[in-house]
Amino acid sequence: MERIIFGDNQFFAVNHISDEKSRAQSIKFKDDAAIIKTLDIAREAGVNTFMCTTHDRIANICNIIRNNPEKYHDFKIYPCMPYAHKYANAVTDLGIAGTLKQYVPGNFLGSMFKGGMAYLSKDYLSIMELLIDAEMKMFNGINTPVIFLQNVITDLLLGLGMTDFLVAFAKYIEKKYNAEAGFITMNLPKLLNELEKGGIKNPIICASINKANFRMSGGKELYEKTISEGRCRLIAMQVLGGGAIPAPEALEYVSNLPNVESILFGASSRQNIENTVQTIKYHDFKKEEQLAIA
Amino acid sequence: MVKVALIGAGKMGISHLSILGAHPSVEIAGVCDTSKMVIDVLKNYSGYNCYTDYIKMVDETKPDAVIVAVPTKFHFKMVKELLNRNIHVFTEKPFCLNPTESQELTELARQKGVVNQVGYHNKFVGTFKEVKKLVKGGFLGEITHFLGEAYGPVVIKKKSDTWRSDPNEGGGCLMDYASHVIDLINDIVAPINNCKGSILKSIYSKSVDDSVYALVSIESGVSGVISVNWSDETYRKMSTSVTIIGTEGKIVSDANELKVYFRTKNYPEGYSKGWNVKYVTELADEVNFYLRGEEYSSQIDHFIKSVQGQVNNTINTFESAWKTDQSIHLIKEQSLA
Repeated sequence: MERIIFGDNQFFAVNHISDEKSRAQSIKFKDDAAIIKTLDIAREAGVNTFMCTTHDRIANICNIIRNNPEKYHDFKIYPCMPYAHKYANAVTDLGIAGTLKQYVPGNFLGSMFKGGMAYLSKDYLSIMELLIDAEMKMFNGINTPVIFLQNVITDLLLGLGMTDFLVAFAKYIEKKYNAEAGFITMNLPKLLNELEKGGIKNPIICASINKANFRMSGGKELYEKTISEGRCRLIAMQVLGGGAIPAPEALEYVSNLPNVESILFGASSRQNIENTVQTIKYHDFKKEEQLAIA
Repeated sequence: MVKVALIGAGKMGISHLSILGAHPSVEIAGVCDTSKMVIDVLKNYSGYNCYTDYIKMVDETKPDAVIVAVPTKFHFKMVKELLNRNIHVFTEKPFCLNPTESQELTELARQKGVVNQVGYHNKFVGTFKEVKKLVKGGFLGEITHFLGEAYGPVVIKKKSDTWRSDPNEGGGCLMDYASHVIDLINDIVAPINNCKGSILKSIYSKSVDDSVYALVSIESGVSGVISVNWSDETYRKMSTSVTIIGTEGKIVSDANELKVYFRTKNYPEGYSKGWNVKYVTELADEVNFYLRGEEYSSQIDHFIKSVQGQVNNTINTFESAWKTDQSIHLIKEQSLA
């Protein structure tokens, strides 16, 4: 994975501290062209991996990328599925069974429900596989070396003790998409323990890691201990702690943590994108220099 | 360990179950739902004792506490059965279909001496907790007016009916969405006990209200406006906010950002004269397990700790939810007048 990965929250009005900012983003990125323009600024700054949710609008972005193969020849996308609000709204409206009926492609579920056949464990894993395929459709022909499960699903399954689904997700991603599975979580220490118990060694995990102890369940100390053990390939997200800490301080902290392979960030302006990339590179350079001296 | 059972494994129920499953002091005694598929998955993959009959579940598994997350119309009957078995109860909001039922359950819970809580999770949101502290601490001076708002994209097209679209089952924007705002105002300022005018408007729904606009007041006469609309797709998800105006200052706060203006030097520690902005990132409680928001974990943790006797059962009690049901009732009645 590349050291710096570009995120998509700013494109979809996800802002953890301000509804006003979120509305401003919504206005700024109303057109797909504005998203592409920002992605191009990130590419110019040397960031060639885009980690994004399987939001409907990403399908348009994928079309643009597919239609410009030369321009985007070394561009990678890390899809994060599912776009949770789509399903959450559907569950509110249709219930859990109704939502599955709406989103699982084909007649598979229809026949299950109608026939009143006995549910077999493997059926549920097959349903999950069909849902993954549905979410992955928009990325056809695009380089997606790592495919993530969103934190709301990862953590829901984690709390329910349904590690089997997490393991099955990883296996299916590998088999069908020849890619690595990743897990986004707000509960890094607990998830890592459970994945290891399920037989997954050195998983790719994307977790909230910041100096402000924001969304680090169990606390910063436990996180730092877990990170220092080097048991997983880590992507640090929410490194600014939702805006709680000034960027230079925040980036210095996360850049100097051991075993953090990548840093995920999102920004809207050229200045913020360039500053963030330069700051991370500066700290990395300093760290290497110190190592060389030692 | 506290033995907890769940009735209703829908959207809220499953979320509570996951949080309970990760809680170090909780043992899941059983889960009850009417969906065969949901039960099947929970039995096979989580290994829970699953039931389709809640009475059978509580009689067989003998839980210390039960989470009730079924449509509102079932709350009264189920919670009553549980209270009569001396079981601690956490029930989803809104509490009951009418305040008479809420009163009966409140009195029964008091009589039985069991822990009782309702799922108004906003009271566990860092910014709103801070708003309450500032208001109750008198830092805004005398309160003169308040505004409670919530907007979101729940019903944004004409569509099929569910229990949420049936007024007799606790559906509609007033019961489902506005209840959060009303409950928050009742807690931060004082219970709304008068409604001077209200409009319950359908936009896309056939039989229920999609928006609520009301002019209300509290016992001291302080006035307020409630403005709620769940058919507003310019919001990505539910956005709840309160504005509190006092003689010495003003607060505008949502779940993420608290803005407060102090007119004089009478401001609390950590603030200054004029505008101050605080973010939930510095006000949120640290939780042991996170799913969807710290407040969901905090409210369950508060319930469990109340059952264990580690904290007092004072937040979101049946009594406070009964008062909210009374305020809801006033607004509904006034809209028909």
